[in-house]
Parts: sequence; C-alpha cells; structure tokens
Amino acid sequence: MASHHFDHVDRSGSVSGPPSAGDYAFDRGFRGIAWLSAAFILALVVYIVIEIGGKALPAFSEYGFGFLTSTTWNVQTGQFGILPEIWGTLYSSLLALIIGGVFGVAIAIFLTQDFLHGHLAAVFRTIIELLAAIPSVVYGLWGIYVLIPLLRPLANWLHGEFGFIPFFGTSLSGPGLGPAALVLAIMILPTVASISVDALHQVPYKVKEAAYGMGTTRWEAILKVMLPTAGSGILAALVLGFGRALGETMALAMLIGNSNQISLSLFSPANTLAALLASSFPEAGPVEVRALMYAALVLLAITLIVNAIGLAVMKFATRKFEAER
Amino acid sequence: MATRFLLAAIATLGFVGLIPAVQAQTAAPAAPVASGPVALRGAGATFPAPLYQKWIDIYTKANPSLAIEYQAVGSGEGVKRFLENSVDFGGSDAALSDEQIAKAPGGATLVPATAGAIVLAYNLPDVKGALKLSREVYADIFLGRIRNWNDPKIQTLNPDLKLPNQTITLVARQDSSGTTYAMTNHLSAISATWRNQGPGVGKVIDWPGISMVAPGNEGVAGRIKRSWGSIGYVEYGFAKRLGLPMVHLENKAGRYIEPGLNSGQAALAANISQIPGNLRVFLPDPEGDDSYPIVTFTWLLLHDRYPNPQKSTALKGFVNWALIEGQSYSSDMGYIPLPADVVALARVAVDRVQ
Repeated sequence: MASHHFDHVDRSGSVSGPPSAGDYAFDRGFRGIAWLSAAFILALVVYIVIEIGGKALPAFSEYGFGFLTSTTWNVQTGQFGILPEIWGTLYSSLLALIIGGVFGVAIAIFLTQDFLHGHLAAVFRTIIELLAAIPSVVYGLWGIYVLIPLLRPLANWLHGEFGFIPFFGTSLSGPGLGPAALVLAIMILPTVASISVDALHQVPYKVKEAAYGMGTTRWEAILKVMLPTAGSGILAALVLGFGRALGETMALAMLIGNSNQISLSLFSPANTLAALLASSFPEAGPVEVRALMYAALVLLAITLIVNAIGLAVMKFATRKFEAER
Repeated sequence: MATRFLLAAIATLGFVGLIPAVQAQTAAPAAPVASGPVALRGAGATFPAPLYQKWIDIYTKANPSLAIEYQAVGSGEGVKRFLENSVDFGGSDAALSDEQIAKAPGGATLVPATAGAIVLAYNLPDVKGALKLSREVYADIFLGRIRNWNDPKIQTLNPDLKLPNQTITLVARQDSSGTTYAMTNHLSAISATWRNQGPGVGKVIDWPGISMVAPGNEGVAGRIKRSWGSIGYVEYGFAKRLGLPMVHLENKAGRYIEPGLNSGQAALAANISQIPGNLRVFLPDPEGDDSYPIVTFTWLLLHDRYPNPQKSTALKGFVNWALIEGQSYSSDMGYIPLPADVVALARVAVDRVQ
C-alpha cells in the first residue's frame, strides 16, 4: 500500500506530515463522486437521446426523410412536415447571431481595450450579464408590447418603398421573424459578450504592448492583433450564442407568429421547431406527439451539428494561430 | 395549533375520501353513491364556452350539490374525449357524423345548445368605416389569391375607404375546431375553387396564403387585436368583446349584411324549415335577404345511456334549463337564441337520454 512509503518519516515536532488515512479516504471518495457526476451527466444525455429517439421512431419509419422536406402540418389528415420550421429556426437564429454577434463582440472590445476605466467596465459587464437573468416570457411580452409597435412604422415604410426586395416583401403585421430575431439577438448578447470579454482578457497585455511597440494604431492593434489572438474564444462565444438561439422557446412562441410557411421576408410570420413543440404539445394526440418527438429529435440533431461544426472551426482556428506563432 | 392540526386532518381525510370517488367515476360507475354531490365534466368547443360558463355559474349557484366543469379545448378535442368516454358531455360546433355516433360508447344524442355568427374580424387601424367584402373577394382572400389590402378588387367594393398598402395576414385556428369546420363549410358552399382545388372542408386546414395560427376562438381574436393588416374568423361575441371591427359580408341574396344578432337570427328564422328530426343541420349558405351568411349551431353531445342515473338526471336537468331559461342569456353574450321549434325538438331529444 501507498501508506508505507511514509512510515519512516519522523512526525515529531513538525507541522507538516504525511497524508492520513482520512485524507486518502477523502481523496478517493471525492474522485469517486466526481466520476459519478460526470458519468451521470453523460448517461442523462444518452438517456434523453434514446428516449426521444425511441418515441420518434414510429414517426421516423412512417414519414422517413420526407418529414424534413414537407411543408404540411395537418393533424386531421396525418400529414406532417417541418421544412418551414427548420427554415424558420435557422433563419431567425442566423439573423440573431449576426446582430447579437456584432454587438456582443463590439461590447467585448469596448469593455476590455481600455476604453473605460476598470471599475466602470466591471459595472457595464454586470449590467450586460443581467440581461441573461430576464425571463424569456418577459422578453416575449416586451417584444409584443414595446418592440413590435416601435418596429412597425419602420418595417411598413421599408415594405412600401422597397417592397420589390424579397427581404421586405411583406408588411409587418405584428408577430413576425424580424421582431423575433431582434429579441433573440438581445437574449444571446450576454452569452456572446461575456465569453468574448473573457477571451480578450486572456490575451497577455504584453502582446498589445508589443503591437504598439511596432507602431500600430489602436484600431490596428485591436483588429489585427487582439481579435485574432482571442479568435478561438470569440468563436466559442458565437457558437454558444447560436446554440442558445436555436433552442430558445418561449419568447419565440410569443413573437414569431406560428405560421407554417417559408418566406424570405423579414416581416413575415414564421415558426421555429422549439415554438412548434411548445405550442402543439399541450393538445396533441398520440399521432401528433410522435411527429413532435421526431421534430424534437431534428432540433437536437441541428444543435449537435452546429456545436460540432463550431468545435471543428475552433480547433482549426487555434491550430492555424499556433502554427503562425 | 390544535385547530390547525384538526384542519389538516380534515383536509387529508377529505382528500383520501375523494380518491375512491374519482375511481368509482371512471372505473366502476355501477355502484352509484346514495346521496351527495354530483360532478359533471364536459369539454369541447371554444365557440360557445363563455355562454356555457355563464350557464354553469348560474345553474350551479341555484343547485349547490351539483358541480359542472367545462373545458374549452376545441371541438375536435371535445369530440375525441366524448368518444373516449373521458367526459360526461362534449361540445362541438361540428355535429357528429354517423360513423362517430355509431362508435360512441353509450350512444350519442346531439342537442343544439345555441347558435352563433362567425364573423371576419380584421385590424386596419387607419381604416375608418365599415369594410365590405363580396363572396368572391373573401373567398379569394382565404385562398391566398388576394394578398394585399389595397388590391383593386377590395378597393372597388369600398370606394369610400382608403386601404393601406399592407400584406393581408390570415389568422386561423391551430387546434381542431368546429369554428374552422363551419367557416370552411361556408367557403366550400360559395366557392367552387375552394371546394374543388382548395383545401375543402375540415376542422384543421392547411391554409393557403400568409397565415398565422392561434389556439381557440380567444387566441385568434387576441392575435387579430395585436396584428395590423390581419383578418380572421371568430364567433361574433369574441370579436365584440375585444372591439374588433367586423366585415360586412355579401349574403346569398347579394346584399351586404352587418354581423349581429338580428342578422344572425334572420338567417336561422329564414331557414328553420330545413331542420331535420335528428337536429343535425348545417347552414353553409343561408337563404334570405337579411340573413348573415356564416352561422352555425353548436351542439352538446350527450350519451344515450348513463350508467349512473344520478348523473343523467343532473345532466338532463341542466340541459333542459339551458334550453329554456338559458336561452335568455344568449343575446347578451353575442349568441343567437335558438328558435322555439328547435328548442322543442331539442327537448324531445334530451328526454330520451337515460
């Protein structure tokens, strides 16, 4: 046993000592608990996938891959397809990622690159992180009662003047893709901003000093040195933000308009997978539940694929950066 | 402290006492409780739900030993639960088909409970004055062929109104709905395109055109209220309560009729001769100069035989009351009181229930 290695140590008159039997037990116990917790999480994920997959299996064998390309959702005739929902999920999340990503990274730069005094930056960061504490339902209500009335005149003017552009092809009636994407952008903002801030903080100060020493301007240093150095962290922030946007449910169910159609227009009502699940589950019969389980599986797959792509891109970006170093 | 303990004990006892009662209701109804409260459960159409709720409130206040619950889950779900025998009575705006009646455990009796007009409510905040739509035009709107409010076809019907350049957004029902059934039944009657190439008649429709869906009559009315440029179909009372403007529709006689109790009543009165003995009647396109074109009866679905005699007595009492005294509450809530002939036929049907 390991304990006899310390048997010859003289313990008298010293504060330090070899680990006691209790320490060993504690160590072993802690390791066991850590293993157990990690295994439990893995098992839980596997269980969820199996459970949803199992319930979706009948629908999968019945509708096959046509489920992904059909646009009909009719309980009465038993026709189910989720192409409009897949489209709406990706379209709204992508829009949110573009808006939220630009603002999130800009905020991160603003907070880390000595634009603000340290204390003030900390206060700002806390305020932005507080955005994550607002419940989804409150975002939904805010969208309905504040954002949509604000957005409507602008949207309808754009439709009137530039209606020939497909993005402005319809007027904004109320709920629609535009307001939903904007609210989503605000919801992913704290994720993107705070992880980007951490990434930028991790770049050693010396790197920036070196850049200044080589005669760069402040913006050259930020755009050409700091951002690429923190690139993998910022990418991780964007991937996480996109993942959050894909799965967001409540605010979207309230704002997107539950419309089973595919439209390029930013102001047209649409639907997302998560919103479809939320709005159809409560009153779904057994046939529809199977179809919904299939839709849930598709949502899970999309999220997994996005995260896998994100990880791959991150790995690639890091390696490239390391090679240059 | 002691009283609180006592209260908790009583509550627990009451709860424990309830469990066998519930089991008896669902599993072994053969042994009726000798005395005590009777509980009736119903579910179905959202269309008459406000009126049913009012009836239940008034009737149970007068009969405290009776508890009635009505869940507004939509006609489709209501029929389903009725056929599964998980409720004591159902509510539906679409009467049961012959196959459904044959399948119903304990048989099925259809009792018309009230009638109502289905209105096209819209939201165009800048348009003042009544919007008129011809049969061809509103069929085309629901077919997705007319997609903008300033379409010349709409404008020529409404020369006095300044219609905006705004997309028409349909608001339709998400759940399986008798209101949808009555609406599409009407559209099929007036438009050959809807009947033959369009979606046809059904409780759930894959709407062409830009459409949002919302659950229940209430959900549709609320969505219209919040969405500019939207138009959707709801029962008259729901639109009235939210103050939504309603389209004046062209009827079979070619006149534009304002939705309301009088025009709805006129539609029923002018077509009363068509009511068959089994009370299953749809008026997809009523005759008459003053008739509002989209009206529907809504039915209570009762079993022919109830294993528990107390239940059937209580239910018959309630339905009979609703058919006689209950009708006086209809018009205040935006429903059309049943014509006397229909009430007489309905009471005969109720009397047959055992």
